[in-house]
Amino acid sequence: MSLLELDDVKVHFPVKKGLFFDRTVGHVYAVDGVSLSIEAGQTYGLVGESGCGKTTLGRAVLRLNDITDGGVVFDGTDLAKLPGEEMRAFRRRLQMVFQDPLGSLNPRQNIESILSEGMAAHGIGKDQTERREKIKAILAKVGLPSNALSRYPHEFSGGQRQRIGIARALVLEPDVIICDEPVSALDVSVQAQVINLLEELQESLGLTYLVIAHDLAVVRHISDVIGVMYLGGLVEEAPSDALYAGPRHPYTKALMSAVPVPDPEVEDRRERILLHGDLPSPANPPTGCRFHTRCPWVQETKCATERPPLLDTGDGHKVACHFTAEIEAGTVKQTLATGIEAVTGTETVAAEAVETAEGETPAGKPAAAGAPAEEPATVPAQADADATEQTEGSPKA
Amino acid sequence: MTILTNKADKIDRLAELTQSSETVAGSSLWREAFRRMRSSKMAIIGAAIIAAFVLVAIVGPMLAPHGPTAQNWRSEVFPNQGKFVGMRGENWFGLDHLGRDMFSRWLVGARQTLLVGVVSMLIGLIVGALVGVLSGAAATLGGKVGRRVDTVIMRFTDIMLSLPSLLLAVSIAAVLGQSLTTVMIAVGVVQIPIFARLLRGSMLVQGGADYVLAAKAVGIRRKRIVLTQILPNSLSPVIVQATLSLATAIIEAAALSYLGLGNPDPAVPEWGVMLSQAQRFFDNEPMMAAYPAIGIIITALGFTLLGESMREALDPKLRG
Ligand SMILES: Nc1ncnc2c1ncn2[C@@H]1O[C@H](COP(=O)(O)OP(=O)(O)O)[C@@H](O)[C@H]1O
Ligand code: SF4
Ligand SMILES: [Mg+2]
Repeated sequence: MSLLELDDVKVHFPVKKGLFFDRTVGHVYAVDGVSLSIEAGQTYGLVGESGCGKTTLGRAVLRLNDITDGGVVFDGTDLAKLPGEEMRAFRRRLQMVFQDPLGSLNPRQNIESILSEGMAAHGIGKDQTERREKIKAILAKVGLPSNALSRYPHEFSGGQRQRIGIARALVLEPDVIICDEPVSALDVSVQAQVINLLEELQESLGLTYLVIAHDLAVVRHISDVIGVMYLGGLVEEAPSDALYAGPRHPYTKALMSAVPVPDPEVEDRRERILLHGDLPSPANPPTGCRFHTRCPWVQETKCATERPPLLDTGDGHKVACHFTAEIEAGTVKQTLATGIEAVTGTETVAAEAVETAEGETPAGKPAAAGAPAEEPATVPAQADADATEQTEGSPKA
Repeated sequence: MTILTNKADKIDRLAELTQSSETVAGSSLWREAFRRMRSSKMAIIGAAIIAAFVLVAIVGPMLAPHGPTAQNWRSEVFPNQGKFVGMRGENWFGLDHLGRDMFSRWLVGARQTLLVGVVSMLIGLIVGALVGVLSGAAATLGGKVGRRVDTVIMRFTDIMLSLPSLLLAVSIAAVLGQSLTTVMIAVGVVQIPIFARLLRGSMLVQGGADYVLAAKAVGIRRKRIVLTQILPNSLSPVIVQATLSLATAIIEAAALSYLGLGNPDPAVPEWGVMLSQAQRFFDNEPMMAAYPAIGIIITALGFTLLGESMREALDPKLRG
């Protein structure tokens, strides 16, 4: 049995209105039926664009958000139904590292106080002296000097603050740590250091991670399994290597096409899949497949009416799409453009668009050339700017 | 309704003052604010005025050249005939209608005015803060019941806020009867909903901060979170408001005294009472009103300048 299992977890935030007593006028379906399981000692990477519900899901596991429905089974106990005080006790074993390192540290507490507070709340260490010794050992582990104890959060750099956040989780000796975009607020130069630290700690302490990120590049190296989220639900889940080798869900394909490849030759041939429109509001999600308003392969049947379940397509590669096999086999046609027209708004069929783009856009040429020939000359300035960017990534003749 | 929204909006904006997390925070927030205030003319002028006022209020009565109630020059003043005595070497501010030394009365009055201002502000601050903490704590950790408690309290404060403050103060004073205590209570009560809404709003902002979530995540009990995490970080806007409230308290107290709801004992000088007494003789001796009026205006200005510059210095959006 897995260490942590989420069973159809839903988190719906009520939208309130009213003069005297608040009335619920609707819901934000932030997380809408997510099931996944994480094995002990492994890392589950959860990716998806911002606003798709990753943070809400991560917080739901620790019951920092109310869970509307579903189960969170940790080591055989369903946390979703646990009374408050028992849940509080369980928090020792499930910890969290936050996205904003500074914001997640109380500005008025010094590091010793921040780190020992949780220990005291769980009765770890007989007295402050004992706790201090333990904190010092953990500080050394995360690469902070022991004189950090009496200092305040604002005296540290971003990377150091995140190390403090990690230390705060570690002093409780947890089994699972949920890392919510642990490096997205950090300078690129320190991101790798923090990711490496997380990896080292996992090895030496046998930790289990749920690592949340908004782009695939961050979770790639540390994840054993990766789940891709779109608008409150998982659309694809696979062992890390399998996902990178062959993404199957149209959304994952688009997401993956945005990741730069280190090999310059491959990078040159990389074809970006651009999506129509913006992420729909989770307060009013599309019917059927949540992705059907933007999916390049959207079909007339099923897509808008039936929500596709997350099904195993072999080797633990799970996909939530009605037409996975057909798209793979090429038996269904792309119905929406994925080239630059997806952004400029032309409804040309993709295949033609690619031809046009290849014919008319020598790599590196100025923006206006990026738009298809039929496009009237009134392309808005914004689209021009976009076009320049995308021309760089588009196939070169 | 516009009165309500204006006042409430202003309070809410103040409550959100220290919300931004990307800025320096906590103890360094005030240190940084202090540094900014030192280079602000507004703050310096405000602080200088307040310092002078407090000095006058404390040592002034001891330095008063004459007794504030002694009618030493009664025979020189004939208010009925419009005969007054203005500034002169012996009496710097001249004499009032009973032949008392205006300068001495003004000095003693400064102390009364400061006392009324501070006590009223403290009444508003203490009661308002208690109500605000109750409401804020109920809202942040009380679940469904707590949120209802909070809603009821806040609607009640909204109603109080929607009444014109002077009208409210006059009604309270009318019920309590004429005395100095009445003025302080009436002016203090008017401030209660302001402090309550402010502290509650500030606590809600802090309650949603990541560090509070983090404290919850490590398993700290909710009561402790409110007391050790949320509350200490919610006080900055309250300190600003306390300063601004001193200005309004002084003006409102003066207004109540002027309306005759203040200290019935005309022997104890207070700037509002002095102003009230002076109005009868305004045509013949406007200076009698000018001294207390200028005192009120300048001190209120001092507290407003200091309060506003504190607000600006703390506002992360205005920080360079
Ligand atoms: N407390 C809340 N009340 C109402 N809506 C919320 C709340 N928290 C998050 N949301 C909404 O839920 C959606 C998912 O948010 P979030 O989980 O933060 O996404 P992510 O972490 O993937 O960027 C967003 O649309 C957000 O506005
Ligand atoms: S179900 Fe339809 S809309 Fe959804 S991803 Fe598959 S093809 Fe696209
Ligand atoms: Mg997030």
